[in-house]
Amino acid sequence: MNAPENTSAVAISGLVKRYGSTTAVDGLDLEMPRGQVLALLGPNGAGKTTTVEICEGFRRADAGTVRVLGCDPVGQHASLRPRVGVMPQGGGAYPAVRAGEMLRLVAACAADPLDPNWLLEVLGLEPALGTPYKRLSGGQQQRLSLACALVGRPELVFLDEPTAGLDTQSRRLVWELLGALRRDGVSVLLTTHLIDEAEALADQVVIVDHGKVVTRGSPAELTADANASQQLRFRAQAGLNVQLLTDALPEGCVVLEGDPGAYVVRGRVDPQVVSTVTSWCAQQGVLAEELRVGRRDLEEVFLELTGRELRS
Amino acid sequence: MTDTSTDSRFKPGTFAPRPGTGSAWRMLRVHAKTEATLTLRNGEQLLLTLLIPVALLIGLTVLDVIDMAEPRVDSVAPRIFALAVMSSAFTGQAIALGFDRRYGVLKRLAATALPRWLLVSGRVVAALIVVAIQLLVLGAVALALGWSPSLGGLLWALVLVLLGTLSFGALGVLLGGALKAEVVLALANVIWFVLLLAGGILLMPGALPTGLDVLVAALPSGALTEGLHTVLTTGDAPSFAPFLVLAGWGVLAGLLAIRTTKLS
Repeated sequence: MNAPENTSAVAISGLVKRYGSTTAVDGLDLEMPRGQVLALLGPNGAGKTTTVEICEGFRRADAGTVRVLGCDPVGQHASLRPRVGVMPQGGGAYPAVRAGEMLRLVAACAADPLDPNWLLEVLGLEPALGTPYKRLSGGQQQRLSLACALVGRPELVFLDEPTAGLDTQSRRLVWELLGALRRDGVSVLLTTHLIDEAEALADQVVIVDHGKVVTRGSPAELTADANASQQLRFRAQAGLNVQLLTDALPEGCVVLEGDPGAYVVRGRVDPQVVSTVTSWCAQQGVLAEELRVGRRDLEEVFLELTGRELRS
Repeated sequence: MTDTSTDSRFKPGTFAPRPGTGSAWRMLRVHAKTEATLTLRNGEQLLLTLLIPVALLIGLTVLDVIDMAEPRVDSVAPRIFALAVMSSAFTGQAIALGFDRRYGVLKRLAATALPRWLLVSGRVVAALIVVAIQLLVLGAVALALGWSPSLGGLLWALVLVLLGTLSFGALGVLLGGALKAEVVLALANVIWFVLLLAGGILLMPGALPTGLDVLVAALPSGALTEGLHTVLTTGDAPSFAPFLVLAGWGVLAGLLAIRTTKLS
Protein backbone atom coordinates (compact mmCIF):
# COMPACT_ATOMS: atom_id res chain seq x y z
CA MET A 1 0.00 0.00 0.00
CA ASN A 2 1.25 3.45 -0.89
CA ALA A 3 1.11 6.36 1.47
CA PRO A 4 -0.06 9.70 0.12
CA GLU A 5 2.68 11.71 -1.57
CA ASN A 6 2.47 14.54 0.93
CA THR A 7 3.76 12.53 3.88
CA SER A 8 7.30 13.08 5.09
CA ALA A 9 10.12 10.88 3.87
CA VAL A 10 10.95 10.09 7.49
CA ALA A 11 9.08 11.12 10.63
CA ILE A 12 10.36 10.05 14.04
CA SER A 13 8.94 11.10 17.37
CA GLY A 14 10.04 10.15 20.85
CA LEU A 15 12.20 7.26 19.61
CA VAL A 16 13.84 5.22 22.38
CA LYS A 17 16.10 2.19 21.93
CA ARG A 18 17.91 0.43 24.74
CA TYR A 19 20.53 -2.33 24.66
CA GLY A 20 20.52 -3.80 28.14
CA SER A 21 21.29 -0.95 30.48
CA THR A 22 22.60 1.31 27.71
CA THR A 23 20.20 3.76 26.13
CA ALA A 24 21.35 4.15 22.55
CA VAL A 25 18.53 6.42 21.42
CA ASP A 26 16.87 8.55 24.03
CA GLY A 27 13.74 10.36 22.89
CA LEU A 28 14.81 11.37 19.39
CA ASP A 29 12.52 13.46 17.15
CA LEU A 30 13.14 14.05 13.48
CA GLU A 31 11.17 15.25 10.49
CA MET A 32 12.57 14.90 7.01
CA PRO A 33 10.56 16.29 4.08
CA ARG A 34 10.64 14.44 0.76
CA GLY A 35 13.35 15.33 -1.68
CA GLN A 36 15.70 16.57 1.02
CA VAL A 37 19.15 15.47 2.05
CA LEU A 38 19.32 15.15 5.80
CA ALA A 39 22.60 14.52 7.57
CA LEU A 40 22.56 12.88 10.96
CA LEU A 41 25.79 14.20 12.41
CA GLY A 42 27.30 13.04 15.65
CA PRO A 43 30.29 11.48 17.36
CA ASN A 44 30.77 7.71 17.46
CA GLY A 45 28.17 6.03 19.67
CA ALA A 46 25.71 8.92 19.38
CA GLY A 47 22.92 6.59 18.23
CA LYS A 48 23.04 7.38 14.50
CA THR A 49 23.28 3.82 13.21
CA THR A 50 20.66 2.53 15.64
CA THR A 51 18.26 5.24 14.47
CA VAL A 52 18.86 4.38 10.82
CA GLU A 53 18.49 0.64 11.41
CA ILE A 54 15.14 1.24 13.09
CA CYS A 55 14.07 3.28 10.04
CA GLU A 56 15.21 0.40 7.82
CA GLY A 57 13.05 -2.05 9.77
CA PHE A 58 16.01 -4.09 11.07
CA ARG A 59 15.48 -3.13 14.71
CA ARG A 60 12.38 -2.49 16.74
CA ALA A 61 11.92 0.71 18.71
CA ASP A 62 11.39 0.36 22.47
CA ALA A 63 9.22 3.47 22.45
CA GLY A 64 8.13 6.21 20.08
CA THR A 65 6.83 6.14 16.54
CA VAL A 66 8.72 5.92 13.28
CA ARG A 67 7.16 6.45 9.86
CA VAL A 68 9.09 5.95 6.66
CA LEU A 69 7.29 7.23 3.54
CA GLY A 70 4.20 7.16 5.74
CA CYS A 71 4.61 3.45 6.58
CA ASP A 72 5.61 1.48 9.67
CA PRO A 73 9.12 0.21 8.88
CA VAL A 74 8.64 -3.09 10.73
CA GLY A 75 4.95 -3.86 10.12
CA GLN A 76 5.01 -2.72 6.50
CA HIS A 77 8.57 -3.78 5.76
CA ALA A 78 7.61 -5.82 2.71
CA SER A 79 5.83 -2.98 0.93
CA LEU A 80 8.50 -0.44 1.88
CA ARG A 81 11.53 -2.42 0.77
CA PRO A 82 11.18 -1.85 -3.00
CA ARG A 83 10.88 1.90 -2.35
CA VAL A 84 13.86 2.29 -0.05
CA GLY A 85 17.57 1.86 -0.79
CA VAL A 86 19.88 0.86 2.04
CA MET A 87 23.63 1.19 2.41
CA PRO A 88 24.58 -0.44 5.70
CA GLN A 89 27.74 0.39 7.57
CA GLY A 90 30.24 -2.13 6.23
CA GLY A 91 29.63 -5.49 4.61
CA GLY A 92 26.67 -6.50 2.55
CA ALA A 93 27.99 -9.04 0.04
CA TYR A 94 28.99 -12.70 -0.12
CA PRO A 95 32.70 -13.02 0.76
CA ALA A 96 33.53 -14.65 -2.58
CA VAL A 97 31.07 -12.84 -4.85
CA ARG A 98 32.35 -10.61 -7.65
CA ALA A 99 31.21 -7.00 -7.73
CA GLY A 100 29.19 -7.45 -10.90
CA GLU A 101 27.47 -10.61 -9.66
CA MET A 102 26.41 -8.95 -6.44
CA LEU A 103 25.05 -5.83 -8.10
CA ARG A 104 23.21 -7.87 -10.74
CA LEU A 105 21.58 -9.94 -7.99
CA VAL A 106 20.36 -6.82 -6.18
CA ALA A 107 19.29 -5.30 -9.51
CA ALA A 108 17.24 -8.43 -10.32
CA CYS A 109 15.12 -7.70 -7.26
CA ALA A 110 13.93 -4.39 -8.73
CA ALA A 111 11.32 -3.87 -11.42
CA ASP A 112 13.17 -1.20 -13.38
CA PRO A 113 16.77 -1.09 -12.15
CA LEU A 114 19.59 1.14 -13.31
CA ASP A 115 22.03 -0.55 -15.66
CA PRO A 116 24.45 -2.38 -13.31
CA ASN A 117 27.31 -2.10 -15.80
CA TRP A 118 26.92 1.65 -16.07
CA LEU A 119 26.73 2.02 -12.31
CA LEU A 120 29.88 -0.06 -11.83
CA GLU A 121 31.65 2.04 -14.41
CA VAL A 122 30.73 5.44 -12.96
CA LEU A 123 31.67 4.25 -9.50
CA GLY A 124 35.07 3.21 -10.77
CA LEU A 125 34.57 -0.48 -10.00
CA GLU A 126 35.37 -1.75 -13.50
CA PRO A 127 38.97 -2.68 -12.65
CA ALA A 128 37.67 -4.84 -9.80
CA LEU A 129 34.93 -6.70 -11.68
CA GLY A 130 36.60 -10.10 -11.30
CA THR A 131 37.80 -9.61 -7.72
CA PRO A 132 36.06 -11.47 -4.88
CA TYR A 133 34.33 -9.10 -2.47
CA LYS A 134 36.58 -9.94 0.47
CA ARG A 135 39.64 -8.92 -1.56
CA LEU A 136 38.22 -5.53 -2.58
CA SER A 137 39.68 -2.49 -0.84
CA GLY A 138 37.56 -0.83 1.82
CA GLY A 139 36.75 1.99 -0.57
CA GLN A 140 35.71 -0.42 -3.33
CA GLN A 141 33.45 -2.31 -0.91
CA GLN A 142 31.87 0.99 0.11
CA ARG A 143 31.22 1.99 -3.49
CA LEU A 144 29.70 -1.40 -4.30
CA SER A 145 27.47 -1.06 -1.28
CA LEU A 146 26.37 2.38 -2.48
CA ALA A 147 25.64 0.94 -5.92
CA CYS A 148 23.47 -1.76 -4.32
CA ALA A 149 21.52 0.93 -2.46
CA LEU A 150 20.83 2.91 -5.63
CA VAL A 151 20.38 0.30 -8.35
CA GLY A 152 16.65 -0.23 -7.71
CA ARG A 153 15.78 3.47 -8.28
CA PRO A 154 14.43 4.01 -4.76
CA GLU A 155 12.43 7.02 -3.54
CA LEU A 156 14.43 7.20 -0.35
CA VAL A 157 17.92 6.04 0.53
CA PHE A 158 19.51 5.45 3.91
CA LEU A 159 23.27 5.78 3.75
CA ASP A 160 25.18 4.89 6.89
CA GLU A 161 28.60 6.58 6.73
CA PRO A 162 28.67 6.55 2.91
CA THR A 163 32.17 7.96 2.57
CA ALA A 164 33.91 6.16 5.44
CA GLY A 165 37.21 4.80 4.20
CA LEU A 166 37.06 6.56 0.84
CA ASP A 167 39.96 8.50 -0.65
CA THR A 168 39.45 12.13 -1.63
CA GLN A 169 38.53 11.43 -5.26
CA SER A 170 35.98 8.80 -4.32
CA ARG A 171 34.52 11.05 -1.67
CA ARG A 172 34.07 13.84 -4.21
CA LEU A 173 32.44 11.36 -6.56
CA VAL A 174 30.00 10.24 -3.89
CA TRP A 175 29.20 13.83 -3.02
CA GLU A 176 28.52 14.53 -6.67
CA LEU A 177 26.32 11.46 -6.84
CA LEU A 178 24.35 12.55 -3.79
CA GLY A 179 23.88 15.93 -5.43
CA ALA A 180 22.43 14.19 -8.48
CA LEU A 181 20.11 12.12 -6.28
CA ARG A 182 18.77 15.24 -4.62
CA ARG A 183 18.34 16.95 -7.99
CA ASP A 184 16.33 13.97 -9.25
CA GLY A 185 13.99 14.05 -6.26
CA VAL A 186 15.39 11.17 -4.21
CA SER A 187 15.21 11.71 -0.45
CA VAL A 188 18.52 10.95 1.28
CA LEU A 189 19.14 10.32 4.94
CA LEU A 190 22.81 9.90 5.67
CA THR A 191 24.83 9.56 8.81
CA THR A 192 28.28 10.99 9.09
CA HIS A 193 30.77 12.17 11.61
CA LEU A 194 32.44 14.31 8.95
CA ILE A 195 31.44 17.91 9.38
CA ASP A 196 32.48 19.06 5.92
CA GLU A 197 30.34 16.31 4.47
CA ALA A 198 27.24 17.45 6.34
CA GLU A 199 27.99 21.05 5.44
CA ALA A 200 28.52 20.33 1.74
CA LEU A 201 25.61 17.96 1.16
CA ALA A 202 22.76 18.47 3.54
CA ASP A 203 19.65 20.63 3.37
CA GLN A 204 19.16 19.83 7.00
CA VAL A 205 21.76 18.86 9.57
CA VAL A 206 20.62 17.14 12.74
CA ILE A 207 23.33 16.94 15.36
CA VAL A 208 22.85 14.03 17.74
CA ASP A 209 24.72 13.05 20.85
CA HIS A 210 23.92 10.51 23.56
CA GLY A 211 20.85 9.46 21.56
CA LYS A 212 19.28 12.91 21.59
CA VAL A 213 18.99 15.70 19.07
CA VAL A 214 21.28 18.48 20.23
CA THR A 215 20.41 20.93 17.51
CA ARG A 216 19.12 21.04 13.95
CA GLY A 217 18.90 23.40 11.02
CA SER A 218 20.42 24.15 7.65
CA PRO A 219 24.20 24.48 7.68
CA ALA A 220 23.73 28.26 7.27
CA GLU A 221 21.36 28.45 10.22
CA LEU A 222 23.63 26.40 12.42
CA THR A 223 26.71 28.47 11.70
CA ALA A 224 24.95 31.84 11.95
CA ASP A 225 26.33 33.38 15.08
CA ALA A 226 23.76 33.99 17.74
CA ASN A 227 25.88 36.56 19.54
CA ALA A 228 26.91 38.29 16.34
CA SER A 229 30.47 38.04 17.58
CA GLN A 230 32.80 37.31 14.73
CA GLN A 231 36.12 35.68 14.77
CA LEU A 232 39.44 35.84 13.08
CA ARG A 233 41.38 32.70 12.35
CA PHE A 234 44.93 32.32 11.21
CA ARG A 235 47.72 29.80 11.12
CA ALA A 236 51.25 30.35 12.28
CA GLN A 237 53.95 28.37 14.03
CA ALA A 238 52.70 26.52 17.07
CA GLY A 239 53.27 27.83 20.58
CA LEU A 240 52.92 31.59 20.16
CA ASN A 241 52.27 33.39 23.43
CA VAL A 242 48.52 33.97 23.05
CA GLN A 243 48.36 35.89 26.32
CA LEU A 244 50.72 38.56 24.95
CA LEU A 245 48.62 38.87 21.80
CA THR A 246 45.40 39.08 23.84
CA ASP A 247 46.94 41.90 25.86
CA ALA A 248 47.76 43.76 22.65
CA LEU A 249 44.17 43.55 21.43
CA PRO A 250 41.21 45.72 22.46
CA GLU A 251 39.20 44.79 25.54
CA GLY A 252 36.85 41.82 24.96
CA CYS A 253 39.02 40.05 22.40
CA VAL A 254 40.60 36.76 23.36
CA VAL A 255 43.09 34.60 21.47
CA LEU A 256 43.06 30.81 21.63
CA GLU A 257 45.28 28.18 20.07
CA GLY A 258 43.09 25.20 19.13
CA ASP A 259 45.06 22.59 17.24
CA PRO A 260 48.78 23.45 17.39
CA GLY A 261 49.39 26.42 15.09
CA ALA A 262 45.69 27.18 14.54
CA TYR A 263 44.71 30.41 16.24
CA VAL A 264 41.29 31.99 16.79
CA VAL A 265 40.61 35.53 17.91
CA ARG A 266 37.13 35.78 19.43
CA GLY A 267 35.36 39.05 20.11
CA ARG A 268 34.42 42.09 18.07
CA VAL A 269 36.67 41.74 15.09
CA ASP A 270 37.11 45.11 13.36
CA PRO A 271 39.82 46.35 10.94
CA GLN A 272 41.89 47.51 13.88
CA VAL A 273 41.97 44.01 15.34
CA VAL A 274 43.13 42.53 12.03
CA SER A 275 45.84 45.13 11.76
CA THR A 276 46.98 44.54 15.34
CA VAL A 277 47.20 40.77 14.83
CA THR A 278 49.29 41.05 11.67
CA SER A 279 51.63 43.65 13.07
CA TRP A 280 52.04 41.74 16.34
CA CYS A 281 52.94 38.63 14.33
CA ALA A 282 55.38 40.71 12.26
CA GLN A 283 57.06 41.85 15.47
CA GLN A 284 57.49 38.20 16.43
CA GLY A 285 58.98 37.50 13.02
CA VAL A 286 56.05 35.20 12.26
CA LEU A 287 53.98 35.04 9.09
CA ALA A 288 50.24 34.81 9.78
CA GLU A 289 48.88 32.50 7.09
CA GLU A 290 45.34 31.70 5.97
CA LEU A 291 44.09 34.69 7.84
CA ARG A 292 40.32 35.03 7.56
CA VAL A 293 37.51 36.78 9.32
CA GLY A 294 34.16 35.11 9.42
CA ARG A 295 31.39 33.31 11.13
CA ARG A 296 32.09 30.18 13.08
CA ASP A 297 31.96 27.01 11.03
CA LEU A 298 29.95 23.87 11.59
CA GLU A 299 32.89 22.16 13.23
CA GLU A 300 32.86 24.69 16.03
CA VAL A 301 29.11 24.38 16.49
CA PHE A 302 29.57 20.67 16.64
CA LEU A 303 32.42 20.71 19.13
CA GLU A 304 30.62 23.25 21.27
CA LEU A 305 27.56 21.04 21.45
CA THR A 306 29.11 17.61 21.72
CA GLY A 307 32.22 18.43 23.70
CA ARG A 308 35.84 18.10 22.80
CA GLU A 309 36.69 14.82 24.48
CA LEU A 310 37.39 11.84 22.27
CA ARG A 311 34.85 9.06 21.94
CA SER A 312 35.79 5.51 21.27
CA MET B 1 24.64 22.46 -0.66
CA THR B 2 27.13 22.08 -3.45
CA ASP B 3 25.56 22.65 -6.83
CA THR B 4 26.26 19.65 -8.98
CA SER B 5 23.33 19.96 -11.37
CA THR B 6 25.56 21.12 -14.20
CA ASP B 7 27.74 18.05 -14.08
CA SER B 8 27.54 15.80 -17.09
CA ARG B 9 28.42 12.49 -15.42
CA PHE B 10 24.86 12.06 -14.15
CA LYS B 11 22.26 13.36 -16.60
CA PRO B 12 19.16 14.92 -15.05
CA GLY B 13 16.58 12.25 -14.33
CA THR B 14 19.16 9.45 -14.06
CA PHE B 15 18.08 8.63 -10.53
CA ALA B 16 14.42 9.66 -10.84
CA PRO B 17 12.62 7.22 -8.52
CA ARG B 18 10.99 4.27 -10.24
CA PRO B 19 10.72 1.73 -7.44
CA GLY B 20 9.19 -1.70 -7.85
CA THR B 21 9.68 -5.41 -7.23
CA GLY B 22 11.30 -7.55 -9.90
CA SER B 23 9.60 -10.64 -11.29
CA ALA B 24 9.63 -13.53 -8.83
CA TRP B 25 10.92 -15.94 -11.43
CA ARG B 26 13.85 -13.70 -12.32
CA MET B 27 14.70 -13.09 -8.66
CA LEU B 28 14.65 -16.83 -7.95
CA ARG B 29 16.75 -17.61 -11.01
CA VAL B 30 19.44 -14.99 -10.36
CA HIS B 31 19.58 -15.67 -6.62
CA ALA B 32 19.83 -19.46 -7.00
CA LYS B 33 22.40 -19.10 -9.78
CA THR B 34 24.54 -16.78 -7.65
CA GLU B 35 24.40 -19.09 -4.62
CA ALA B 36 25.14 -22.24 -6.66
CA THR B 37 28.01 -20.54 -8.52
CA LEU B 38 29.56 -19.41 -5.25
CA THR B 39 29.38 -22.93 -3.82
CA LEU B 40 30.93 -24.49 -6.91
CA ARG B 41 33.67 -21.87 -7.00
CA ASN B 42 34.66 -22.41 -3.37
CA GLY B 43 37.62 -24.77 -3.03
CA GLU B 44 36.80 -25.95 0.50
CA GLN B 45 33.20 -26.59 -0.50
CA LEU B 46 34.33 -28.64 -3.51
CA LEU B 47 36.64 -30.67 -1.30
CA LEU B 48 33.75 -31.42 1.03
CA THR B 49 31.03 -31.96 -1.54
CA LEU B 50 32.91 -33.71 -4.34
CA LEU B 51 36.52 -34.67 -3.72
CA ILE B 52 36.07 -36.47 -0.40
CA PRO B 53 32.95 -38.37 -1.56
CA VAL B 54 34.66 -39.39 -4.82
CA ALA B 55 37.75 -40.54 -2.91
CA LEU B 56 35.64 -42.52 -0.44
CA LEU B 57 33.57 -44.02 -3.25
CA ILE B 58 36.68 -45.31 -4.99
CA GLY B 59 38.51 -46.22 -1.79
CA LEU B 60 35.70 -48.18 -0.16
CA THR B 61 34.97 -49.98 -3.42
CA VAL B 62 38.54 -50.98 -4.12
CA LEU B 63 39.79 -51.57 -0.57
CA ASP B 64 38.26 -54.19 1.67
CA VAL B 65 38.13 -52.07 4.85
CA ILE B 66 34.44 -52.56 5.64
CA ASP B 67 32.66 -55.86 5.25
CA MET B 68 30.22 -55.64 2.34
CA ALA B 69 28.45 -57.95 -0.06
CA GLU B 70 29.85 -58.19 -3.57
CA PRO B 71 29.78 -56.25 -5.80
CA ARG B 72 31.01 -53.78 -3.23
CA VAL B 73 30.23 -50.71 -5.34
CA ASP B 74 26.49 -51.43 -5.20
CA SER B 75 26.65 -51.08 -1.44
CA VAL B 76 29.16 -48.23 -1.35
CA ALA B 77 27.40 -45.95 -3.85
CA PRO B 78 24.18 -45.37 -1.84
CA ARG B 79 26.20 -44.55 1.28
CA ILE B 80 28.33 -42.05 -0.59
CA PHE B 81 25.21 -40.48 -2.13
CA ALA B 82 23.85 -39.96 1.39
CA LEU B 83 27.19 -38.53 2.48
CA ALA B 84 27.19 -36.14 -0.49
CA VAL B 85 23.72 -34.87 0.38
CA MET B 86 24.76 -34.34 4.01
CA SER B 87 28.01 -32.64 2.98
CA SER B 88 26.47 -29.98 0.82
CA ALA B 89 22.97 -29.52 2.25
CA PHE B 90 24.05 -29.59 5.89
CA THR B 91 27.74 -28.85 6.41
CA GLY B 92 28.29 -26.67 3.35
CA GLN B 93 25.03 -24.81 3.83
CA ALA B 94 25.68 -24.14 7.52
CA ILE B 95 29.20 -22.82 6.96
CA ALA B 96 28.18 -20.64 4.02
CA LEU B 97 25.25 -19.21 5.97
CA GLY B 98 27.42 -18.51 9.01
CA PHE B 99 29.89 -16.49 6.94
CA ASP B 100 27.20 -14.85 4.78
CA ARG B 101 25.65 -13.53 7.99
CA ARG B 102 29.06 -12.32 9.14
CA TYR B 103 29.48 -10.44 5.86
CA GLY B 104 26.00 -8.90 6.06
CA VAL B 105 24.64 -10.69 2.98
CA LEU B 106 21.31 -11.58 4.56
CA LYS B 107 20.78 -8.04 5.72
CA ARG B 108 21.73 -6.78 2.28
CA LEU B 109 19.19 -9.08 0.61
CA ALA B 110 16.57 -8.41 3.27
CA ALA B 111 16.89 -4.73 2.39
CA THR B 112 16.04 -5.32 -1.27
CA ALA B 113 12.60 -6.06 -2.67
CA LEU B 114 13.37 -9.80 -2.49
CA PRO B 115 10.53 -11.37 -0.46
CA ARG B 116 11.45 -13.60 2.48
CA TRP B 117 10.01 -16.73 0.85
CA LEU B 118 12.30 -16.15 -2.12
CA LEU B 119 15.30 -15.58 0.13
CA VAL B 120 14.76 -19.14 1.40
CA SER B 121 13.70 -20.60 -1.96
CA GLY B 122 16.80 -19.28 -3.70
CA ARG B 123 19.04 -21.11 -1.25
CA VAL B 124 16.95 -24.28 -1.50
CA VAL B 125 17.07 -24.30 -5.31
CA ALA B 126 20.83 -23.64 -5.20
CA ALA B 127 21.28 -26.56 -2.78
CA LEU B 128 19.26 -28.83 -5.11
CA ILE B 129 21.37 -27.76 -8.10
CA VAL B 130 24.57 -28.57 -6.22
CA VAL B 131 23.22 -31.95 -5.06
CA ALA B 132 22.19 -32.77 -8.63
CA ILE B 133 25.71 -32.01 -9.88
CA GLN B 134 27.25 -34.07 -7.06
CA LEU B 135 25.06 -37.08 -7.84
CA LEU B 136 25.75 -36.85 -11.57
CA VAL B 137 29.50 -36.89 -10.93
CA LEU B 138 29.33 -39.58 -8.23
CA GLY B 139 26.90 -41.64 -10.31
CA ALA B 140 29.27 -41.51 -13.28
CA VAL B 141 32.23 -42.58 -11.14
CA ALA B 142 30.16 -45.38 -9.61
CA LEU B 143 29.09 -46.61 -13.05
CA ALA B 144 32.72 -46.62 -14.10
CA LEU B 145 33.43 -48.80 -11.04
CA GLY B 146 30.76 -51.22 -12.19
CA TRP B 147 27.75 -49.97 -10.22
CA SER B 148 24.51 -51.57 -11.39
CA PRO B 149 21.65 -50.00 -9.50
CA SER B 150 18.22 -51.50 -9.43
CA LEU B 151 16.40 -49.33 -11.98
CA GLY B 152 13.07 -49.69 -10.18
CA GLY B 153 14.59 -47.97 -7.16
CA LEU B 154 15.91 -44.90 -8.97
CA LEU B 155 12.67 -42.97 -8.67
CA TRP B 156 12.44 -43.73 -4.95
CA ALA B 157 16.08 -42.70 -4.59
CA LEU B 158 15.25 -39.39 -6.22
CA VAL B 159 12.44 -38.79 -3.72
CA LEU B 160 14.73 -39.70 -0.81
CA VAL B 161 17.49 -37.40 -2.08
CA LEU B 162 15.02 -34.55 -2.43
CA LEU B 163 13.65 -35.08 1.07
CA GLY B 164 17.16 -35.60 2.45
CA THR B 165 18.36 -32.33 0.90
CA LEU B 166 15.46 -30.40 2.41
CA SER B 167 15.85 -32.04 5.80
CA PHE B 168 19.64 -31.64 6.01
CA GLY B 169 19.23 -28.15 4.55
CA ALA B 170 16.88 -27.18 7.36
CA LEU B 171 19.38 -28.55 9.90
CA GLY B 172 22.16 -26.61 8.18
CA VAL B 173 20.15 -23.39 8.36
CA LEU B 174 19.37 -24.09 12.02
CA LEU B 175 23.08 -24.38 12.80
CA GLY B 176 24.41 -21.70 10.45
CA GLY B 177 21.69 -19.17 11.20
CA ALA B 178 22.13 -18.89 14.93
CA LEU B 179 25.79 -19.10 15.95
CA LYS B 180 29.03 -17.24 15.27
CA ALA B 181 30.70 -18.11 11.97
CA GLU B 182 33.76 -19.77 13.59
CA VAL B 183 31.59 -21.87 15.89
CA VAL B 184 29.45 -22.91 12.92
CA LEU B 185 32.56 -23.89 10.98
CA ALA B 186 33.86 -26.08 13.79
CA LEU B 187 30.52 -27.69 14.70
CA ALA B 188 29.44 -28.34 11.12
CA ASN B 189 32.67 -30.21 10.39
CA VAL B 190 32.64 -32.18 13.65
CA ILE B 191 29.02 -33.24 13.18
CA TRP B 192 29.79 -34.25 9.58
CA PHE B 193 32.65 -36.43 10.77
CA VAL B 194 30.69 -37.99 13.62
CA LEU B 195 27.70 -38.76 11.40
CA LEU B 196 29.96 -40.23 8.72
CA LEU B 197 31.63 -42.60 11.20
CA ALA B 198 28.85 -43.32 13.66
CA GLY B 199 25.70 -41.92 12.10
CA GLY B 200 24.83 -44.86 9.90
CA ILE B 201 26.74 -43.99 6.73
CA LEU B 202 29.87 -46.15 6.91
CA LEU B 203 28.28 -48.62 9.33
CA MET B 204 24.63 -48.86 8.46
CA PRO B 205 22.04 -49.44 11.18
CA GLY B 206 21.65 -53.09 10.14
CA ALA B 207 25.29 -53.77 10.96
CA LEU B 208 25.05 -52.34 14.47
CA PRO B 209 24.16 -54.03 17.77
CA THR B 210 20.50 -53.96 18.85
CA GLY B 211 19.55 -50.74 20.54
CA LEU B 212 22.23 -48.76 18.81
CA ASP B 213 20.71 -49.66 15.44
CA VAL B 214 17.37 -48.08 16.39
CA LEU B 215 19.11 -44.94 17.55
CA VAL B 216 21.20 -44.62 14.40
CA ALA B 217 18.23 -45.36 12.14
CA ALA B 218 16.48 -42.41 13.76
CA LEU B 219 19.28 -40.06 12.68
CA PRO B 220 18.80 -38.29 9.34
CA SER B 221 22.11 -39.74 8.13
CA GLY B 222 21.12 -43.28 9.10
CA ALA B 223 17.65 -42.95 7.63
CA LEU B 224 18.86 -41.55 4.29
CA THR B 225 21.63 -44.17 3.95
CA GLU B 226 19.36 -47.05 4.88
CA GLY B 227 16.63 -45.81 2.53
CA LEU B 228 18.95 -45.27 -0.42
CA HIS B 229 20.68 -48.60 0.17
CA THR B 230 17.37 -50.48 0.18
CA VAL B 231 15.91 -48.92 -2.95
CA LEU B 232 19.10 -48.96 -5.00
CA THR B 233 20.19 -52.52 -4.16
CA THR B 234 16.81 -54.26 -4.08
CA GLY B 235 14.57 -51.94 -6.11
CA ASP B 236 11.89 -52.46 -3.48
CA ALA B 237 9.81 -49.61 -2.17
CA PRO B 238 11.35 -48.54 1.10
CA SER B 239 9.51 -48.66 4.39
CA PHE B 240 7.91 -45.51 5.72
CA ALA B 241 10.57 -45.19 8.39
CA PRO B 242 13.26 -43.24 6.46
CA PHE B 243 10.66 -40.83 5.09
CA LEU B 244 9.22 -40.24 8.55
CA VAL B 245 12.63 -39.73 10.13
CA LEU B 246 13.81 -37.30 7.43
CA ALA B 247 10.54 -35.36 7.40
CA GLY B 248 10.52 -35.24 11.20
CA TRP B 249 14.04 -33.81 11.44
CA GLY B 250 13.33 -31.38 8.62
CA VAL B 251 10.09 -30.03 10.08
CA LEU B 252 11.55 -29.79 13.58
CA ALA B 253 14.70 -28.02 12.39
CA GLY B 254 12.69 -25.74 10.12
CA LEU B 255 10.32 -24.67 12.88
CA LEU B 256 13.21 -24.03 15.26
CA ALA B 257 15.22 -22.20 12.60
CA ILE B 258 12.35 -19.78 11.98
CA ARG B 259 12.74 -18.68 15.59
CA THR B 260 16.51 -18.75 15.89
CA THR B 261 17.86 -17.57 12.53
CA LYS B 262 19.40 -14.12 12.71
CA LEU B 263 20.16 -11.87 9.76
CA SER B 264 23.56 -10.90 11.08
